[in-house]
Amino acid sequence: MTIRTASRRRAVALAATGASLALVLSACADTDDGAGDGGDGGNAAAPELDCSVFEEFGDLDGTTVSVYTTIVEPEAETQQDSYKPFEDCTGVTVEYEASREMEAQLPVRVQAGNPPDIAILPQPGLLNTLVTQYDAVLPAPEQVEANVDEYWSEDWKEYGTVDGTFYAAPLGSNVKSYVWYSPTMFEEAGYEVPETWDDMMTLTEEIAADNEGATRPWCAGVESGDATGWPGTDWIEDVVLRTAGPEVYDQWYTHEIPFNDPQIVEAWDAAGEILKNPDHVNGGLGDVDSIATTPWTDAGYPILDGNCWMHRAANFYQTQWPEGTNVAPDGDVYAFYLPAETTDERPTLVAGEFIGAFTDRPEVQAFQTYLSSPDWANAKAAATPAGGWVSANSGLDAELLATDFDRLSAEILADPATVARFDASDLMPSEVGTGSFWAGITEWFASDASSQEVTDDIENSWPKN
Amino acid sequence: MSTTQPAVAPKAVPPPSNLQQRARTAKKKLTSPWASMIAVVIALVWTVPTFGLLITSFRPEIDIRRSGWWTVFADAFAGEGVFSFRNYEIALFDSSTSLIDFFVNSFVITLPAVFIPITVALLAAYAFAWIDFKGRDILFVAVFALQIVPIQITLIPLLRAYVGTGINGTFWPIWLSHSMFALPLAIFLLHNFMRDIPSSLVEAARVDGAGHVKIFFRVILPLLTPAIAAFAIFQFLWVWNDLLVALVMGGPQTFPLTVRIAELAGSRGGDWHVLSAGAFISIIVPLIVFLSLQRYFVRGLLAGSVKG
Repeated sequence: MTIRTASRRRAVALAATGASLALVLSACADTDDGAGDGGDGGNAAAPELDCSVFEEFGDLDGTTVSVYTTIVEPEAETQQDSYKPFEDCTGVTVEYEASREMEAQLPVRVQAGNPPDIAILPQPGLLNTLVTQYDAVLPAPEQVEANVDEYWSEDWKEYGTVDGTFYAAPLGSNVKSYVWYSPTMFEEAGYEVPETWDDMMTLTEEIAADNEGATRPWCAGVESGDATGWPGTDWIEDVVLRTAGPEVYDQWYTHEIPFNDPQIVEAWDAAGEILKNPDHVNGGLGDVDSIATTPWTDAGYPILDGNCWMHRAANFYQTQWPEGTNVAPDGDVYAFYLPAETTDERPTLVAGEFIGAFTDRPEVQAFQTYLSSPDWANAKAAATPAGGWVSANSGLDAELLATDFDRLSAEILADPATVARFDASDLMPSEVGTGSFWAGITEWFASDASSQEVTDDIENSWPKN
Repeated sequence: MSTTQPAVAPKAVPPPSNLQQRARTAKKKLTSPWASMIAVVIALVWTVPTFGLLITSFRPEIDIRRSGWWTVFADAFAGEGVFSFRNYEIALFDSSTSLIDFFVNSFVITLPAVFIPITVALLAAYAFAWIDFKGRDILFVAVFALQIVPIQITLIPLLRAYVGTGINGTFWPIWLSHSMFALPLAIFLLHNFMRDIPSSLVEAARVDGAGHVKIFFRVILPLLTPAIAAFAIFQFLWVWNDLLVALVMGGPQTFPLTVRIAELAGSRGGDWHVLSAGAFISIIVPLIVFLSLQRYFVRGLLAGSVKG
């Protein structure tokens, strides 16, 4: 009898716990809805969308387009907000699905015969795989191609092209050639933002001479879980663009010259003058080998502590700074363009997402057209009040961008002197681009391996045909 | 099972005193201070990471990135220890999708994914244990051999079949997949429990004129409650914590809590400090289930290994 009473009592207690849990959770849900409604106000600044563009696709009211992407929270919300003008115009519902596992899941769904209508591909390599291995992506409709011809440069169109067929229009763009620094620290110490590569090296020596102990001129980190090494490959690519030039860069990623070509090894050595010199790294984090183990997301933080002066990272590092950091030309942190050998040339490393379509229903094509248009770029700019987004779409109105820094990125992308080159590791075969190149650079930091040894190893891993 | 049953009885019928004597000597022989100490050390070592995770989940982002969780003790003595609920706030509220939907989905997935395999396995185990038919042993070995098939290689063919039948996008693919993956072990475990029931009980019932249905419901089922509970806990924890099946077979409408937590780190993995809070939010339910049913869990661990 006693056992039974006890167990009944426990059951009651359990039920009570469950009930209170449910109460707490439903309270959460209410708060959440409220916040979602409040967010809509941000769209007020978006310019009116001309709905007549979509008339040629017929009556689309009540249809649905599914989108599959790697863009999860917090960027997912602004991404979805930017679709609203299109939804209001046409009555199409956009079903948004985001997953960090998307790059692995998309081929699975394609093979199972269950692809989404549209996928936002984070790199051209995935597009290439989907086209050549699964023959799944449909060529871009003519309206999309017309938009891309008008508003994007030839280079960008080329990245969405496989074997001469244009498949995927570019969406957002990232600018990777940035060096983050603290404007206040620079001002107090009397340092100037360098204009050329040599200026930057002089500044590096100067800072190293002025500071002893934990403080060093540069900080870096390439740890990124499964993708450890990628921030380091960006470093090398940026230096190749500067020391060897864009033409050699193109030959390099297309493997017209070997990976261990003397010009490439020279670029590695140039990067090594900063990254492998214990006097120059790794401010506030340790020695050279700590670069291999420091998470890329944290590698710039010593700047906030005053232990590090410069950190090379892409424009999206803007959103990595801890809450409350003032990103401004006179604030806690800001970034300058990673200088080239002379001030006349502006080689810039870029990356971006692309729109692949797996079905050709009119509503899908209408949505593709919208995404490739300046209307979307402007709606997205207006829907991103916190910043951290930019596009190389020449129809983008830079005034709509949220922060000074985003406007700087847009300026660099739009500057005719800028020679943009896409992230080479995204364009190389995946065995190298997401394999031996990542592993090689990590090895380069973690051990005493020379630039020649590492590039030889990567060259040997290049697929033979 | 036959020895554990009388073990509960002593309260009703006082056993003879020499039985108590024997219990005491058995206890003395089976316990040793060294073993206890090793057990305590192992328990501590296994708990430390979880404890560290708990502390981390209450630390501000900047502290998490700058120093280890163990530094909070020194800081607390110096009067600088800072704790905050910010990580939990972000994990719970800072999203356009409400967390409660994922909680509900987790329950909607888990309950049928526990119920279906147990029901089917009970019937199958009864047939394997108490119905004589040709090829029974070969079939039983074949069913258990399916346990060897790794679920990863079945994902794409299964998904293709679901898309073909048009049930994709509902909860059915997830329920069915979990049931399929659970059945071999469920049948094996429950079969072993059923074989342990003395055949005289079943024969007596048969003499009294009971058919298979009546034997199953009136004789076997009441005796199997601990076994069913044990397997239910196994399956509950497995399904609740599952990410792979839910991610591959599911869609935005059916994603459980694990999928949401996997996304917490953000598009570029920069928000990993929120994961510690997310982990503790998802731990709550399995913790309640485990603590309230742990008696059965231990019994279930012994299933099939030691015959009682």
